[in-house]
Amino acid sequence: MMKKGIVIIGGGPAGLAAAAAARKKGVQDILILERDAELGGILNQCIHNGFGLRRFKEELTGPEYAGRFIDEIKALGIEYKLGTMVMDISKDRVVTAMNREEGILQIHAGAVILAMGCRERPRGALNIPGYRPAGIFSAGTAQRLVNIEGYMPGREVVILGSGDIGLIMARRMTLEGAKVKVVAELMPYSGGLKRNIVQCLDDFGIPLKLSHTVVDIEGKEHITAVTIAEVGPDRKPIPGTEERYTCDTLLLSVGLIPENELSRSAGVEINAVTNGPVVNESMETSIPGVFACGNVLHVHDLVDFVSEEAERAGQNAAEYVQGELGEESGRVIALKAQDGVRYTVPSTVDPSRMPDNLTVRFRVGAVYRNAAVCVYYGQDKVKSYPKRILAPGEMEQIILQKAELEAREDVKEITICIEEEGAK
Amino acid sequence: MIYDVVIIGAGVSGSAIARELSRYKAEICVLEKDEDVCCGTSKANSAIVHAGYDCKPGTMMARMNLRGNEMMEQLSKDLDFPFRRNGSLVICLDKNRLDALQKLYEQGLANGVPGLKILGRKEALEMEPNLSENTVAALYAPSAGIVCPFGLNIAMAENAKENGVDFFFHTKVEEIHADEEGIWHIRTCNGEYRTRSVVNAAGVYADRIHNMVSREKIHITARRGDYLLLDHEAGDHVSHTIFPQPTNLGKGVLVAPTIHGNLIVGPTATDIGDKESTATTQEELDEVVSNAGMSVRNLPLRKVITSFAGLRAHEDHHEFILKEIADAPAFFDCAGIESPGLTSAPAIGEYMAEMLEERFRWEKKADWKTTRKGILDPKKLSLEERSRLIRENPAYGQIICRCESVTEGEILDAIHRPLGARSLDGIKRRTRAGMGRCQAGFCSPKVMDILARELGLPLEKITKSGGKSNIVLERTKEVRE
Repeated sequence: MMKKGIVIIGGGPAGLAAAAAARKKGVQDILILERDAELGGILNQCIHNGFGLRRFKEELTGPEYAGRFIDEIKALGIEYKLGTMVMDISKDRVVTAMNREEGILQIHAGAVILAMGCRERPRGALNIPGYRPAGIFSAGTAQRLVNIEGYMPGREVVILGSGDIGLIMARRMTLEGAKVKVVAELMPYSGGLKRNIVQCLDDFGIPLKLSHTVVDIEGKEHITAVTIAEVGPDRKPIPGTEERYTCDTLLLSVGLIPENELSRSAGVEINAVTNGPVVNESMETSIPGVFACGNVLHVHDLVDFVSEEAERAGQNAAEYVQGELGEESGRVIALKAQDGVRYTVPSTVDPSRMPDNLTVRFRVGAVYRNAAVCVYYGQDKVKSYPKRILAPGEMEQIILQKAELEAREDVKEITICIEEEGAK
Repeated sequence: MIYDVVIIGAGVSGSAIARELSRYKAEICVLEKDEDVCCGTSKANSAIVHAGYDCKPGTMMARMNLRGNEMMEQLSKDLDFPFRRNGSLVICLDKNRLDALQKLYEQGLANGVPGLKILGRKEALEMEPNLSENTVAALYAPSAGIVCPFGLNIAMAENAKENGVDFFFHTKVEEIHADEEGIWHIRTCNGEYRTRSVVNAAGVYADRIHNMVSREKIHITARRGDYLLLDHEAGDHVSHTIFPQPTNLGKGVLVAPTIHGNLIVGPTATDIGDKESTATTQEELDEVVSNAGMSVRNLPLRKVITSFAGLRAHEDHHEFILKEIADAPAFFDCAGIESPGLTSAPAIGEYMAEMLEERFRWEKKADWKTTRKGILDPKKLSLEERSRLIRENPAYGQIICRCESVTEGEILDAIHRPLGARSLDGIKRRTRAGMGRCQAGFCSPKVMDILARELGLPLEKITKSGGKSNIVLERTKEVRE
């Protein structure tokens, strides 16, 4: 059986950044397994710009952003295999994979980094009634058809869901000469970035209808029309609010799901809110030596954060195989998401193993104006960060300091919550 | 040429009849209005092999159900399609309906259903822990099973094709008449077919075909049912097929594992005027959920990956019509094939073929192929065998559908075998590519590329399911310019 120090599942932005960071920490035998024919992951089809503002202080396209990391991987001489599908990860970190050239591969890994990314929620998960004709695509599938294959799905488009890919595709289809008639969003707020709503919808005069959903799909062979309706606070359609739009294309941008089939079958504990692995301060899952980063862990809106998070996973995986990650102290502080905070990554912190400043990322469950992100050590409110606006579409973060937690040996639980003005 | 038999409809009944007739030295063809076999009622149903206690004793339905159930196991081996006897339970939730459960049991005994047993509440819950708290008793039928409806239909059609039966797709029957010599002339959108005999296996349209040639009219109602399909993760929520007690509208909303490890919930029953109306409705999807929830608890509805509607071809007398039409010599009906139609298909094929053989006395072929090999599933191989397969044919090393782990090798096989797939749905029904939790989001562009390459077609011509179901419209401006 082949042996490797670190095996990284996925050669997208997370896998690439993790690999480079692990190499820089001194691990020589790293192998990236990528199922697609190229490195770069989903960035390859994201030909719009806006990537890398934080990391590189410039606006790059998706392929350009990926290209910087791919160049680095090649310069560092990190081994990768393309067209290689991982079929199984065992608890003792034997990775079974398959490709055309080598058949079935089995690799024993000192550490495994999960970086498989996420997939789009399909129509079926929404239970939209109506026919099941051609012409219905998840936004990412349409993005691939347009940007990679060079084909237009249609000319008259309705989009359900205001996730970032849907917003980006509204602009892309418009630039290609299609008429995007409306974007309907079930929730009373968009799940996408504010900047995308402005640049992709507002700038092109595309209406965004919040609290609306698709209630019927017409066309037996090919889609011919959809009906959308307003929904009440219970998210059920309100009779009498139906509006019919003729169209030949319906794009769905209704959420992303971390792709954790491999993690689950390996026995990794999964967080029910993120659908990603539960990780500690080292980005290590419930299986020692198995780390996770990027969209497989929780869905990000900015790739810059994916890269940063993946570097931490890469560094920690390197320390793990080098025996330098440090013993667990036995003191585990649970991070509790409460009152508007849906989850935190990581879920636990061991102060002895954490870096001096640990970034904790989370999302909120609703739109808040003039509220504060508050941090409690046990019952003590220690921090309050005022925020003009908090929205589910934008990932938030706070920093925990090692020195503070080491000084407070009594703290067993840290609560992160949203407090609205005037409350408490 | 003049055919000996023209079969109208390449659904599960038509294909079963074609396969059984293909053992004789006769010229046979199947006319199908859609682009593939298994495109009508056969493609969207509960995929259950019923035990046979539901049918009234002495009916053709009872006879075909029992015989079909009996034949299914050997047929699944001969024709290499997935089938398993998982057993079924009819759940009684109300003490006042225990009598009806007992009657169902007795009806099953009268029909000759093997192994039937009435279970008490405790025994039923031990067998199936997710049954409703309100379970009073259950009727257990160990001979009930689950089958891949596409697998069964496609296997029988492929085997018929290999034995010399012609299949013509996109061939809708428009008019039928007999000449003075008793030869049937069938006018279609695709030219005229002449034949000495006709079998009408046209599903929901069997009344239209019948009524073209007979003064004794029949009437078939399309009875629509909505279903939910749940992810593999929910596939073991129940291990048996769970039925409520039947009503006069049918067997009710069932909950069952599928042969491929999903969970299926449905159907509703709504009579519709438009025989093409396979659109689901919100009311009925809601009804599926509330009714299924009565017999099975904690249904993991967050795991729904798709919903769909299927049609049953309900004849007014709720009975299979399997006979020569009195005023249309050598014109045979196979009509009113609703549940338990899928179960009965092999028996219907056998019965109809015997009926025609008695009439025409064809000779048997010496070289009739009784078996057919399905598409190789590499997941069933050991790692060593799989490695060897990939060395011989690297296409088996390339995963195309992530969710169902379908390789390029399987997709190529689906395209190039007899009656090969021509569309995304054709590939899906043969290989399960696109059937999984992402519902073809990831694999559809890849499968489209393979279809276009193998069929020598531009991508714009690739369809979801034939007809006007093209997936992409044209080249992007960027590429055109």
